[in-house]
Amino acid sequence: MASSAAARAFAVLLLAGLALVPALAAWLDQPFWVTLFTRILIFALAATGLNLVLGFGAMVSFGHAMYIGIGAYAVGILSYHGIDSGFVQLLAALGIGTVVALGVGAICLRTSGMAFIMITLAFAQMLFFLAVSLREYGGDDGMQLKGRSLLGALDLNNATLLYYLSYALLLAVLYGLWRLVHSRFGMVLRGCRSNERRMGSMGFPTLRYKLGAYVLSALVCVLAGMLMANLTRFVSPSYMAWTVSGELIVMTVLGGLGTLIGPIAGATALLLVEEGLSSLKVGLPWLDTVVNQHWLALIGIFIVLVVLVLKQGIYGWLVANKS
Amino acid sequence: MNHLEVTGLVKRFGGLLATDHLDLTLARGEIHAVIGPNGAGKTTLINQLSGEILPDAGRIVFDGRELTREPPFRRSMAGLGRSFQITSVFNDFSVLQNAALAVQAHAGHSFRFWRPAASERALTEPALAALRRVGLLDRAQVPVASLAHGERRQLEIAMVLATGAKCLLLDEPMAGMSPAESVAVVALLQELKGEHTILLVEHDMDAVFALADRLTVLVYGRPIATGTPDQIRNHPEVREAYLGEQEHA
Repeated sequence: MASSAAARAFAVLLLAGLALVPALAAWLDQPFWVTLFTRILIFALAATGLNLVLGFGAMVSFGHAMYIGIGAYAVGILSYHGIDSGFVQLLAALGIGTVVALGVGAICLRTSGMAFIMITLAFAQMLFFLAVSLREYGGDDGMQLKGRSLLGALDLNNATLLYYLSYALLLAVLYGLWRLVHSRFGMVLRGCRSNERRMGSMGFPTLRYKLGAYVLSALVCVLAGMLMANLTRFVSPSYMAWTVSGELIVMTVLGGLGTLIGPIAGATALLLVEEGLSSLKVGLPWLDTVVNQHWLALIGIFIVLVVLVLKQGIYGWLVANKS
Repeated sequence: MNHLEVTGLVKRFGGLLATDHLDLTLARGEIHAVIGPNGAGKTTLINQLSGEILPDAGRIVFDGRELTREPPFRRSMAGLGRSFQITSVFNDFSVLQNAALAVQAHAGHSFRFWRPAASERALTEPALAALRRVGLLDRAQVPVASLAHGERRQLEIAMVLATGAKCLLLDEPMAGMSPAESVAVVALLQELKGEHTILLVEHDMDAVFALADRLTVLVYGRPIATGTPDQIRNHPEVREAYLGEQEHA
């Protein structure tokens, strides 16, 4: 995965730019930016998790929003019962996430291709409707959190701190993924992506390794879900709607499948375009109305253009064009 | 004791009997060639031996251990390695990475997430040895995608060797090679003979008759003769079914 100078420059600029957001927001007096970009970081984290299976393992999971939901509900439900400790919540979320991912993965990974897409979607929908049926925890409407997670000296009510916590987690996961991709485990995963049959005939029990990757990828999304609950102080079944799973796939593909920076670029681009289009004010009333009402269609056009013109996504294109 | 013993193997694809009550033995260290016209079921046989398809009946015993229904990775772990007729290497990787991955399959588990695999000498050194053996050492760092066809075929063999397999199932290792490359592979197999047991499926009859200790002739999934090269050459049924056809062609 040798990357070009342009790709490296882009990665550094993107990550450095994200580090400066709270300072810029304070300087320009736009506190809303911190919230918007925390959301971007959280989705970038989730998309990075998905990328482990989607980009490096060619497993198209259409149900990863389910793990965002597990992370968010772990925070929500524990906080509802008065357990505010972030560490306890983290332990519970990762524990449940591991058990669910092991079970779901062990079943789904017996299939491949279209069947895998459908069965991961089916499991996510099951969990979605389970959350809807939890009347005590708000059911369909979701519920407001009494307070954010308590993390020792870290006060998550401080928006800037929550921002940098998300940023630090994203960097840590990114570094871990970078190590992983080149490790033995990463070689096996990438080998399965390119020729699983050969991997088996060489002596690899491929299912085990793919399941391992699936669980790790799910846990990254669980982390993202915990951050999301803390950002919005709210949990609802909509966090695990199938459209969220779809958005994660779009972010990953848009940025560049199987590249480390791709999902971050994709999440940033998609959410910024969404935000920009849905609240566009250029001063031409008719144009503003059309764009504000039909921004989803415009995003569709944006995605089609990126996929057609750049083919490997925004960052993937930079990596592929070494000249 | 035979290294590999196949008894009564049957495989049906719908109405087609691809393997018809096949018995086959490989003595330790011998090269046993399986020949036969196209569609005789040679690759189907290898696929059953390597576990990619399961037979409808019969037994496969390797090294005294029954492997009939074991998945491919267990057979590879037991020491049974196969090469593919259609080159089946990892195109995203370099030549060395391909061979090192084959070594890795037999070097403990791969739930290791931190250390770069490329820095593990325990993986790269045996991989380089396998590449040296097939004559690809100077191409180790090249991406597989830029290899010539013959070189890809050589890598295919190197990867089987890199798994440390004791018994090699080689599916047309010389397919599409230039005469010079074929000569090199014949020399390599000659060298491997004795230390490895080899089941060789090959269309190049000069190579087969030069290398094989014994041959089995397969027609419509059924072995019609097994014997030394001389016995096979003079076998009337074989001449009619197979070798004769070739002379006319």
